[in-house]
Amino acid sequence: MNPVLLNIEGLKKYFPSRSGLLSGRQNAMVKAVDGVALQIFKGETLGLVGESGCGKTTLGRLITRLEEPTGGKIFFNGNDIFKYSRKGLKDFRRKVQLIFQDPSSSLNPRMSAGAIVGEPLTIHTMSRGKENRDRVADLMETVGLNKEQMGRYPHEFSGGQKQRIGIARALALNPELVIADEPVSALDVSIQAQILNLLRDLQKDFDLTYLFISHDLSVVEHISDRIAVMYLGKIVELADKESLYKSPLHPYTKALLSAIPVPDPTYRKERIILGGNIPSPINPPSGCPFHPRCRYSMDICYKVIPALDDRGNGHYVACHLKTGF
Amino acid sequence: MQILEVKGLKTHFETRNGTVKAVDGVDISIDSGDTLGIVGESGCGKTVLALSIMRLIADPPGRIVSGQINFKGTDLLSLDEDEMRRLRGNDISMIFQEPMNSLNPVLKVGDQISEVIQLHEGLSKKDGLDRASEMLRLVGMASAQNRLNDYPHQMSGGMRQRVMIAMALACNPELMLADEPTTALDVTIQAQIIDLINKLKEEVGTSVMLITHDLGIVAEMARHAAVMYTGKVVEYCSVLDLFSTPLHPYTRGLMESTPKQASGKNGYLSTIPGTVPNLYELPSGCSFRNRCPDVMDICTQKEPPLKEKSPGHYVRCWKYE
Repeated sequence: MNPVLLNIEGLKKYFPSRSGLLSGRQNAMVKAVDGVALQIFKGETLGLVGESGCGKTTLGRLITRLEEPTGGKIFFNGNDIFKYSRKGLKDFRRKVQLIFQDPSSSLNPRMSAGAIVGEPLTIHTMSRGKENRDRVADLMETVGLNKEQMGRYPHEFSGGQKQRIGIARALALNPELVIADEPVSALDVSIQAQILNLLRDLQKDFDLTYLFISHDLSVVEHISDRIAVMYLGKIVELADKESLYKSPLHPYTKALLSAIPVPDPTYRKERIILGGNIPSPINPPSGCPFHPRCRYSMDICYKVIPALDDRGNGHYVACHLKTGF
Repeated sequence: MQILEVKGLKTHFETRNGTVKAVDGVDISIDSGDTLGIVGESGCGKTVLALSIMRLIADPPGRIVSGQINFKGTDLLSLDEDEMRRLRGNDISMIFQEPMNSLNPVLKVGDQISEVIQLHEGLSKKDGLDRASEMLRLVGMASAQNRLNDYPHQMSGGMRQRVMIAMALACNPELMLADEPTTALDVTIQAQIIDLINKLKEEVGTSVMLITHDLGIVAEMARHAAVMYTGKVVEYCSVLDLFSTPLHPYTRGLMESTPKQASGKNGYLSTIPGTVPNLYELPSGCSFRNRCPDVMDICTQKEPPLKEKSPGHYVRCWKYE
């Protein structure tokens, strides 16, 4: 097993929810991330799946220290990332980079592609002039663009090309960990495949570790080594992808997998239709957060929050159902 | 019996940079009670096709240049605006992609649904609201009666999409155009909506034209499919044929680049190189030739016709001439 690159312990992030136009009275907390423990190993791709509002983006932002946690700790290479000195933090920011979902809104429309990719170099390595330009030209070619395009502005690129610029920017500082938050969701299928292949090439060439956040289970299955499933701020299942897709242990994972439309008209499978919506994270259900939608819910599920247990071979699940379905 | 037959439809847009041929000679038909899937990537003209059928193309800049849209024997392009208004929402209805942007944020959802019913069936406001609550129950909304007084922002995405479907079905339309009805939704909610549309189709007997970029949804919902590329239908056949023997290189490329279980054993997906060409400057001949693995000399010179390769299986490609 590879060494642990990132270790998350009991991480919580609550956002105050205010009501009233002027008084701004704080009357509740949105529990976006509520007690997450997770390890990311060096060189792996960890997929993080969940539906909107489950807290997966907030988790990504906490790891990059764009949010301060309400509780819990994150260790990067053994160091607590919330206790870095100024210099330590700057160094950390080089090593952990983000790729965003919407390539159109994450690139400054007034900066040329070359300036966008070169900016992190200027900030962190003080490189200027020819040195900076050469590195940017290299990066552009690494992600499948050509260096003649450096002077162009974002609107002159297609969606897939814009995402390549975002990837080049993330790579500029030779990061160790890349958090990719829905990097292909805004792209068409044929372009999505190109970007997924590019991410895989880059991982091999630069020894990258990925946290790949997505709502699309087929994409996550394709790219990940291990997969964590999130529901209402908690991780409900964590396993390597083969065992997660072949023998899911959590009823939510099972329903999620059965809900993927299969591109084969002759294939008929049992589809589990979950009733209702995801409950509000302001007032999550008592006990197991999934119990109101779960077809197997028992008395204990209303009362006790299930712990994330190891069921062997690194397959973790948070469910009171110990015997399977 | 065919409920809809589109023949040689061309919808063009005049812009500063030239003419965009968003829909450029489309022939499709839908049998009564059938579901036709329209598959394609962004910019292939699938939404413009639906808006043309509804006659909702803003003129200028858009214009239906030529063709016929026969709905139960009447050419919709020959109707005047009043006649078209009587048809929209009544005989033909549409579900839009983004439920938040297509509901009126300052009207209660009950009033929005009942407006359609009052307008087309001449019911009173009270009767309209009664029917609206019935429709909400039909689409599986819990406590439908109370929900009539909600505003769209008080509902989740899945609930708003149910309201859209309730509105589209309120007058028992014979044809429903569903433009990416589940794209903005989460997977579990998408499963609920697919299940709902399939069920309602059986109960109400509505024919559906389903627009999507997701091959999985086509496989699960449609009986026939048309694959579109740069404003043209490149392959048109039954869904079974489409998945068992895809003919057009673009269709095959789409299927191979979709991640699915056990796909890409070595960790790589096969891809279609390049991107969809700019509609202002389409290549000569076949518009797919720049990305096609099987390109031949003739492809650069002449555009291939849509030809019936085997019974009911049409393809637009020189390989099959």
